[in-house]
Amino acid sequence: MSRALLSVFVFALVVAVLAYVPFIAGSYGITLGIGMLGYVTLATAWALFSGPTRYVSLATVAFFGIGAYTVAVFSENMAYPLLLAVAGAIGLAVALVVGLATLRLAGVYFVIFTFGLAELIRQLVTWYEVNVTGTLGRYIFLPVTPEGIYWQLLALATTAFLISWGIGRSRIGLALKVIGDDEVVASHCGIDIARVKLALFAVSAVLITLVGAIQAPRWTYVEPTIAFNPTVSFLTLIMALLGGANRLTGPLLGAVPLFMLFEWLSANFPNHYSIILGLVFIAIVFVLPRGVLAFVEENWRRWRKSGVKNLPAVAE
Amino acid sequence: MKNLERRRVLRAMALAGTVAATGLLAGMTGAAMAQDRTSVKIGYAISKTGGNAGGAGITTLPNYKLWVKDVNDAGGLELPDGKKLPIEVIEYDDRSSAEEVVRAVERLATQDKVDFILVPWGTGFNLAVAPLFDRHGYPQLAVSAVTDKAPDFVKRWKKSFWMLGGGHDYANALASILADAKKAGTVNGKVAMISVADGFGIDLVTAARPAFKKAGIEVVYDKTYPGATSDFSPMINEAKSSGADAFVAFSYPPETFALTQQAQVAGFSPKILYLGVGTGFPVYGKNNGENATGIMSLGGIDPNNKMNAEYRKRHEAVTGVAPDYWGSVITYASLQMLQEAIKRKGLDKAAVSAELASGAFQTVLGETKFENNQLRQLWWTGQWQNGQFVGVMPADRNGASKVILPRGDWKKK
Repeated sequence: MSRALLSVFVFALVVAVLAYVPFIAGSYGITLGIGMLGYVTLATAWALFSGPTRYVSLATVAFFGIGAYTVAVFSENMAYPLLLAVAGAIGLAVALVVGLATLRLAGVYFVIFTFGLAELIRQLVTWYEVNVTGTLGRYIFLPVTPEGIYWQLLALATTAFLISWGIGRSRIGLALKVIGDDEVVASHCGIDIARVKLALFAVSAVLITLVGAIQAPRWTYVEPTIAFNPTVSFLTLIMALLGGANRLTGPLLGAVPLFMLFEWLSANFPNHYSIILGLVFIAIVFVLPRGVLAFVEENWRRWRKSGVKNLPAVAE
Repeated sequence: MKNLERRRVLRAMALAGTVAATGLLAGMTGAAMAQDRTSVKIGYAISKTGGNAGGAGITTLPNYKLWVKDVNDAGGLELPDGKKLPIEVIEYDDRSSAEEVVRAVERLATQDKVDFILVPWGTGFNLAVAPLFDRHGYPQLAVSAVTDKAPDFVKRWKKSFWMLGGGHDYANALASILADAKKAGTVNGKVAMISVADGFGIDLVTAARPAFKKAGIEVVYDKTYPGATSDFSPMINEAKSSGADAFVAFSYPPETFALTQQAQVAGFSPKILYLGVGTGFPVYGKNNGENATGIMSLGGIDPNNKMNAEYRKRHEAVTGVAPDYWGSVITYASLQMLQEAIKRKGLDKAAVSAELASGAFQTVLGETKFENNQLRQLWWTGQWQNGQFVGVMPADRNGASKVILPRGDWKKK
């Protein structure tokens, strides 16, 4: 009981410390913090659905872009909180429609579909803007400071983390694990597979949409190629996988170091960034195929074992 | 028990990682060195990779390199007291990502503490970094940004300068050429128009529709195509059968090149042919030779401007590629303006911005001056004549060439 209390306390402390960062860090620190929190939230939200179900989704940027674009379209006629609510609602609606239609797909078909989805939405937005509104590229002039964006993202990251924690300890979390292991078994156990998957997909999509909505004011100018940049999907995936998508802190442990690495590489090796990044990815796949956490756990066990073996010798 | 312990260790590691990262953030923002100045730090983030690398690599980056070399070869940037300091360049690749360009400029301003920041390539990216330039007090000489909203932006960001005009300027110039040609009986006043479904194409086509209408030009064919289209034969055939003898394409470079080739294959030779970005690339003239003659586009140069001609020669000698006929020379002129403003006012960013806004400067364009923070001495329309892409609109501007219409038929190779 006290241990649970302790972890709650530590979690609250970390959030509080992070919330205090804008007061001591300069504007560059806040910029870094925004990028990092953004990817932590994206990776956590991604892992929320894709971790237990093992449905590899490349639709991250579809929802991210929907969020950004919604803010761009309505920024002049709506109050800011309402704007976020509308963005979330649109993300939810799209997720439900898409989820109903596609969560029956499995394996590589789902991957391909989600990748196509991002492109489909981008083309739809482009088509609409070209043929209906006659402008491409929208301006966002919102009085949101970088600090404001940072705190909003922190709140969102905390929410994503809590949701992930809650689901992991609930019936729906167990149901998801069963689905991930074997769908046939799951349905024989009486789990409503479609509903569980859809619910998770929707929650994950709303979180991702909100990240896009919150970050958009930083760009001032949004056009489909900027909002629907597929790199976002890939980076999220890689971060979550690096940390370990099946664990609560996995995405966090993947997103933070990778983001720092990207930043360090682009600051110090601007001309060799892509080459080094490619090598790093290859290394990750070879050395840590199941994520940092799994790697640490295994070695921890091995180390413990050898530690136990050696112990008598020391004692003697 | 052991299980619990392991979990605790993992959790502790997660926390440690996060806290360490946070600490690193705070630490990195701290250090700055106060030393005697031995150089002027100039930084920029530019798309060296990704979708924007093509445009940035032709119009922007070679000019940055050329200018830095020119300045450093001459002993450095001159300050008001006559002292010369060499330029130290800090260069980042924004990888054609909006989030990255924002972060890189923030890094330049707060970490590298550069004295001046040069702009990225593209309308979107210039807008993305505009609030940052403004917040950190840097003058922003936005060259590769075509926008009709420049007057608004100038009010919002007082130190921003917009140097390539807006869609309306180019569309109106084209409309008046078409109207004159119709009046002279050269063409029948019907135009077929296609545009790329991207920022540039949409901006221009939405400006062109009312401009053509006002000029009494009838648009008989008006289609938008998605970016990276490679087969234009259906559109060319439809345009050919539409009865129009003027063809306008607000296109991007790959499509501009493809359109030129495919129009020749289809035997479509309109009396007026206007294509988009890419027409002003030197390689376009080289590839098409005689056939380029008479083709019109945005931009242009004054062929009799000696300084510009000399600049073009030096650009090719130093960077190995010839400059384009639109944004390149403006980019170099923007750097010369910055250089001259520094010479007059020193490294004080606010004073330099004020000088840029109010002063007159000798550049490769001739005497250059901002009007309400915008460069208006631009060539709105250019035409290939005698192997050069010369400015024809505004027709009353000094050094304007006369537009030659109709263009001849395609020459068989």
